[in-house]
Formats: sequence, structure tokens, C-alpha cells
Amino acid sequence: MRIAVLQKQVPDRESPLRVSDDGRHFDEQQVSFELNESDAYAIEEALQLKDRIGAETEIIALGLGPERIEKTLHQALARGADRAIRILDDRELATDPFAVASVFAAALKGQGCDLVLSGLQSDDLGMGQTGILLGELLGMATASLVMATEPGTASIRVKCELEGGWYQWLTVPLPASLSIQTGINQPRYPTIKGIMDAKRKPIEVLSASALWSGEPLQTCQRLYVPHKAKHTEMIEGTPDQAAAQLVGILKTGIKVLYSL
Amino acid sequence: MDILVVAEHHQGELHRMTMEAIAAAQAFGAELNLGSAALLLGDDVDTARNTLTALDLGEVLVAQHERLRDYGSDTYTDALCQVLEREQPAWVFLGHTYQARDFLPRVSGRLGIPLLSDIIAYRNGQDRPVFIKQVYNGRLSAELVITGSAGRCLVSFQAAAFAADTVRAGSAVVRDLALKLTAPAAGIQAEAPFQETAEAVDLSGADLIVSVGRGLGSEENLGVAKELAGALGAELACSRPVVDPGWLPASRQVGSSGQTVSPKLYLALGISGAAQHLVGMKGAKYIIAVNKDAEAPIFDVADYGIVADLMDIAPRLTEALKAQ
Repeated sequence: MRIAVLQKQVPDRESPLRVSDDGRHFDEQQVSFELNESDAYAIEEALQLKDRIGAETEIIALGLGPERIEKTLHQALARGADRAIRILDDRELATDPFAVASVFAAALKGQGCDLVLSGLQSDDLGMGQTGILLGELLGMATASLVMATEPGTASIRVKCELEGGWYQWLTVPLPASLSIQTGINQPRYPTIKGIMDAKRKPIEVLSASALWSGEPLQTCQRLYVPHKAKHTEMIEGTPDQAAAQLVGILKTGIKVLYSL
Repeated sequence: MDILVVAEHHQGELHRMTMEAIAAAQAFGAELNLGSAALLLGDDVDTARNTLTALDLGEVLVAQHERLRDYGSDTYTDALCQVLEREQPAWVFLGHTYQARDFLPRVSGRLGIPLLSDIIAYRNGQDRPVFIKQVYNGRLSAELVITGSAGRCLVSFQAAAFAADTVRAGSAVVRDLALKLTAPAAGIQAEAPFQETAEAVDLSGADLIVSVGRGLGSEENLGVAKELAGALGAELACSRPVVDPGWLPASRQVGSSGQTVSPKLYLALGISGAAQHLVGMKGAKYIIAVNKDAEAPIFDVADYGIVADLMDIAPRLTEALKAQ
């Protein structure tokens, strides 16, 4: 079995995001980047599938972005992916899921993938479309919000999360593209051996412009800091002072302590 | 056709977010002088159809077919693509539901038309409408616009972006559509939906909620939150990053994949305030947030905020409450 896993690099949660003068980017100087959270579950699920199915399974990590995403793909190799394809986004396509999926579809065409796994959405733009779109473009069956997998021979049985605490098992024919929900597994850290092995694994470098010349369908024309919806009263001071003030607010401001 | 709202319904009842999408269509249509219609896909659709025909819509298109009885990604993609090709609506509006997320990207891919997803607002731009989306976990907003020559667009709206109770009543004409839906050679086999047998917790009626998020850091720190909830007489709740590693059961999760709550007080500890969480709790009367990151979006909706580690605040608050 051959499994492609989409791996996206996103700003980490702590880095400040300062919108740059052009209004369309942010200043990357102060930002560190990490693997998108649900993509970490996607690569882990691919590795667990490989453990269950056997060593003849090949895992391809796939990413689109600037040169810095090399690090993210290298991490995927260190976790146990067999090879990687890094696609340079030389057309600034990242804000259009249709364009991104079209680039990935061109890169995966002819690779004979049985499965495509992706995180259900990214922590940057959060479009939540790429994996399913890619499945459609490659003529695959699709399933989303996958919470468990049971591989078969010509199909895979998956547990999908529905709304309101409901779930449903689907038996999906292969080839298939599955979007993976967080919490499906416990993502592993790379081992020292994995990091050493990764140095010998190939990363193929391609460019978006060479893979796809189509027309993007949407773009982000401006980024901005959202207007505050509410006035927030900030409580200052030491932790002891802040806790004392909070009790006062609970008693006389919000009036929820009368019952104590 | 100008705007087509694709209705989602379960056992005759329209999804709340379908009503919100209709509210969006009516508002958008009034501003741009566009007419709206609704589309019902299903088998037994009488009840949902009756609800829709009592609204201020031009038409209600009804595509009834036995293969549409239960939702399936393949058939719903086929059906919606057929309708869109035939009717050519310029705008297709839906709620950003799980179902929409499951099949709309396929419609976008098959027809080559853009999908603007999880939209919270729109405004009229110079030459085209601009759609607003929360990005970077709510830390920034983005203005999305259609490019290219598709001339058509799918838009899914975030829960509560528009108010269902603003939908205007009226009377709409029904038009039946006949679709040709064939079974694929090797289709997806669906089993019956089920609920996990985990402890059922109804947080919707709770008056006071202490909720913990990623800032908890480790399972060992849960005790601190439990003690605070105990001292306050509050229910304990959490955001998704606490459920994923199994620190608390999914039944205590608040947000788009959990429960929606509207307590008098929601005390958010170490919760950054991603959109998926906010939709579940922004109906709280008072929100107090404790978070290390002064720029966390939770402070945009909080009435009171403390920039601090929850592990420094929560134990002291418990002590102070016990001393009362």
C-alpha cells in the first residue's frame, strides 16, 4: 500500500503575528513555525497503518510552501515516512484550496497512492478543504473527520465523527482520501534513530508553477487584527491580588457567590 | 438564479445553521438586489418543505430521490452538481456544518468553482463582495475574494454568524427537480450512526462552568481545575485539546464538536479561544478568561481577563473562595 500524507507548516501558537505593510502577509522575523496540529495526527495514523499492514507500505510526506517547510518534511521522515515531496509555492497559491489541491493532484498523479491522509483543517487559514478536494480531483472516495481506521484489502473501514456526539462507521473503497480528526491517536516524537535515518531518505523538490498552470479561484486580499467585540476589564497584580479581586467580582460584579 | 441556499435537514427538521444561511441570503440579497431560493435534497422531505415554503424565498427546489434518503458524500456531491449545472446560481449558501465540510469541497473540485468556507460576515467591496473569515485560530481576520472567471461561488457560514430569528417569513413556490442518480460501482458502505456510551453530561443547563484548555499543560494539573469547580459549585468543562489526549471525556467538551452552553459564568482557564470553541460558549452572560498569552482571542469575548498561568491563579482562587 502507498499512503500520501499532507504536512502543512503553520505559525506556532505563541508567536506574535504582526501584519506586514502590504496587508497580506505577516512579519515572519518573530514567528517560529511548527507542523499543523491535525496533520500530526494524520502522519501518526499513516505510521500506525504501516505497522498494521506491513513493511511493504510506503509513506510519502507531501508539503507545499516556501523553503522553510523542508524542516517539517524532514520531521515527517524522522517520524518514519519513507520519502518526501516538497513543492515550492512559487505562485502564492496558498490561500486557494482549489489551487493547492490541484498542485498536489499533479504531484501525486501516477504515484499510485491507495490512501491520502490529511489533517481536517489547518491552524492558519482553516479552510478545511484540501484533502477532500484532492480526493475528488484524483477520483478517489473521500471521508472526513476520521476518528479510527481499520484497513481491509480493497477498502478501509473508518469511524467518522458526526455532529452532536454521534459517530458512524463507513467502509470506503480504495483509493481514498481521508481527513483526520485530532485525538484519533497519540502522535509519536521522532527517535534518535529516526532522525539519523531521515538523513538518508530522499526529499524530491518540485515547483507549483511547473505542476499546475490553472487559474486560482479565490485569494486573501487583506489580513487584519479583528476588532474587539467586548470591553474587557483586565485584572492586574500578583496572583494573590488577582485572585482576591476575582472573588470580589464574583460577589458584587457578576453576583454568582450569593449561594455560598 | 441569484442565491441558492442548500438546506440540511434531519427527520423533517431543518438544521439551525440552514436557517442562519437563509438569514444570510436574505440580507445579502436585499443589499445586492438578488433573489434567493432554497434547495431540498432528500427522500421524505414534506415537513422540511413546509417550513421552507413559509419563508421569504422565491422558490423552493425539491429534489426527491430514494438514493438521497440518507446523507452520503458521493450521492450528495452528484446531486448538488447536477442542480448547480442546471440552475446556474451565482451564489450557493450553506451552514458550515459537518455535512457541508464533508461534501462541498468535492463539489468545488468537480465544478471548478470556489468554496469560501467558515465565513463570519460579508461586505460590499469596490467591484465584488468581500467575505470575512477568522484565520490563525482567531488571532487575525482575512478578507477573501473570488478571483478568476468561474462567476459562481459556494459559501459556508460559521455557526451563529447570522441570526436564525431574523429570517423573514413569506411564501415560496415549490418546483420539483428530477435528478438521475446512479449507484457507483464500488460505493461507500455506511453503517448506522451511534453515540458513544460514555457518561452523559448535560452542560447546557449549567449556571456556572469552569472550563480548561490547552494551557492546562498536563493531566496532573486537572486536580486544580476540579477543586476550583468544586469550590465554586460549577460544572467542569473543557476545549478539544483536553479531550484529544484523554484528560477529560468528550462529553465535557464545549465547542463546535462538543456542547453549546449559555451559563451565567464561564471561567475559561488556559483556553486560547479558537473559533471552534467560541461558538460553543459565547452565549455565556459573563466570561472570565485566564491565559498566559495577552493576545489570545479569548480576551476579545471576555468581560474580565487575567494574563497569567492558570496554575498560578486557580489554586489561589480556590483558597480565597473557601475562605468566604
